[in-house]
Amino acid sequence: MKWLLSGLVLLVAVVHQDTWFWTDKTLVFGFLPIGLVYHLGYCLLAAATMAVLVKWAWPSELEAVESMHAGAAAGGENRS
Amino acid sequence: MIPALIVFGYLAVVLYIGVFAFRKGKESGEDFFLASRALGPVVFLLSLFGTNMTAFAILGSSGLSYRIGIGVFGLMASSSALVIPLCLFFIGTRLWGLGKRFGHMTQVQFLRDRWECGGIGTYLFAITAAMLVPYIIIGVMGGGQTLQTISAYTGPDGQVRHWVSYEAGGAVVALVVMGYVFFGGMRGTAWVNTFQTALFLCFGTIAFLLIAKNLGGLDGIMEGLKANPKSATLLSREKIPPREFLSYMFIPLSSIMFPHVAIMCMTAEKVSHFKKTIIFYPLCIAAIWLPSVFLGVVGAAQFPGLQPGQTDSIIIRLLTQNTGVLISGILGAGIMACVMASDSQILALCTMFTEDCFAYYGGKERFGDKAQVWTGRIFIVLVTTLAYLIALSLKDKAGIFGLAIRFAFSGFAALAPIMLAALFWKRSTKWGALAAALWVTATVLGSWYLYEMSAGIKPAPGSAPVQIFPALGDLFLRTPADVTVYGYLPVMPMCIGSALLMVVVSLVTPPPSQKTLDKYFPPKSSLA
Repeated sequence: MKWLLSGLVLLVAVVHQDTWFWTDKTLVFGFLPIGLVYHLGYCLLAAATMAVLVKWAWPSELEAVESMHAGAAAGGENRS
Repeated sequence: MIPALIVFGYLAVVLYIGVFAFRKGKESGEDFFLASRALGPVVFLLSLFGTNMTAFAILGSSGLSYRIGIGVFGLMASSSALVIPLCLFFIGTRLWGLGKRFGHMTQVQFLRDRWECGGIGTYLFAITAAMLVPYIIIGVMGGGQTLQTISAYTGPDGQVRHWVSYEAGGAVVALVVMGYVFFGGMRGTAWVNTFQTALFLCFGTIAFLLIAKNLGGLDGIMEGLKANPKSATLLSREKIPPREFLSYMFIPLSSIMFPHVAIMCMTAEKVSHFKKTIIFYPLCIAAIWLPSVFLGVVGAAQFPGLQPGQTDSIIIRLLTQNTGVLISGILGAGIMACVMASDSQILALCTMFTEDCFAYYGGKERFGDKAQVWTGRIFIVLVTTLAYLIALSLKDKAGIFGLAIRFAFSGFAALAPIMLAALFWKRSTKWGALAAALWVTATVLGSWYLYEMSAGIKPAPGSAPVQIFPALGDLFLRTPADVTVYGYLPVMPMCIGSALLMVVVSLVTPPPSQKTLDKYFPPKSSLA
């Protein structure tokens, strides 16, 4: 899974360099340049990639730190 | 006058938020500097995003797209949409965990402890602080200039006058920022940032819709640009060399090395708050940058022939021409929200000073937690006053600070390998960190020097780059706007060099003690 996700991130980084639209002046919907539409789509792709990382590669050991800290804080409040 | 009054109303609201946060606060260092590490998910997302956005996101980006076209979005926005959330995912969450486990409040505190070093930590503090100061000064300057611009009126003699001068505008902005940071600390700053981010997230969309409506649609304007060979290049990326476009992918690495962003990562109550922030961050970037870049190109059709110094005001020109005075005032407040991003930088500098200097050299132990908070507050007053005085005396030299920020961006990006090594590589050493930090200092100064010394041979816009040292071939090239290394922006070799030095020097120097390694790299089972 780790390698698959690394590959995904690398692929997303590579498709940022969209040489294929470099000089293309086509207007999508009559007013949006295609290069702008592509990179708007890229932002959506980045958000989706982040959702995949959060789902499959989340550092779950930090959740334990959270509960340790919450426990310590609760203990402190009980003492005070 | 009405737009200026609306902006003053906005400033009053912002100040009140800071005072309200003061009432909710406690007199402890952790509360003042980190809001007790208890920010909720919405405030965390919006304040972290707002902290990272500056006036450039709206004003600068539209000015740049006026000159070089829609490629600005891919150059700066969509690259950040991938790299910044990745930095938050890999580095931000870990900084949060270290803050919770060991009480760290700044990056330098962690690096000092991680590599058992004092002096090297102080050096890292010094270069970080030095690269942060220009942002604070430019924030005060931007505030003065914006208030002056939106309070302009034409006198009976036909002369343009201003209700609020640059000096008075800068003073008002400095006082308001100082007020809510002084009273509210991190809580006040985060709340104000949340309010400001909500405002400028709406700003771009509203401005876009109003201008499009008034112009009777955008199809005709874009077709007109396409039909003219001179302006058609704005609809593609022809004006951006591919190597520069690739180099820009490295710039957003700076985000997590900015002290105000790293410190903000330690304020979340739960690590799960990062999840939504990481996923929504690219969408927020698109929401801010898309209208700004697009309107910059529309502005090129509406106001052709503006000089580089005038293009940053293109959105204000479009608004003034296409909206009423009331709307223009409300949107002016949105612009102020972007310009006033210096609040979190002032607070970060103050946190660094009190933690990395005052507390580290024994001040906290000797005088206590309350004295540390008050030292921080005094520091806020001093920094803001100094920034205002510099903004006054160097009023006409804003370009110097703008330039300093450009080089500082590369410098912060090139510091990222140090943080990555500290977090993920056991074998990394303080000497590796020192070598990388010295490399960053030398290359920031070196690229600035090359930029200045090659000003005389700068090619005209649209012309081919010029070799700075013909004997070295294409190693150092001067373009109309930058210095490049084989066509790549300096940030790329700076980051690669920093990473290489970190690795090579670490491998030939002794690692920290086993006790420290066990502290920072415990088996996962011990945390569960």
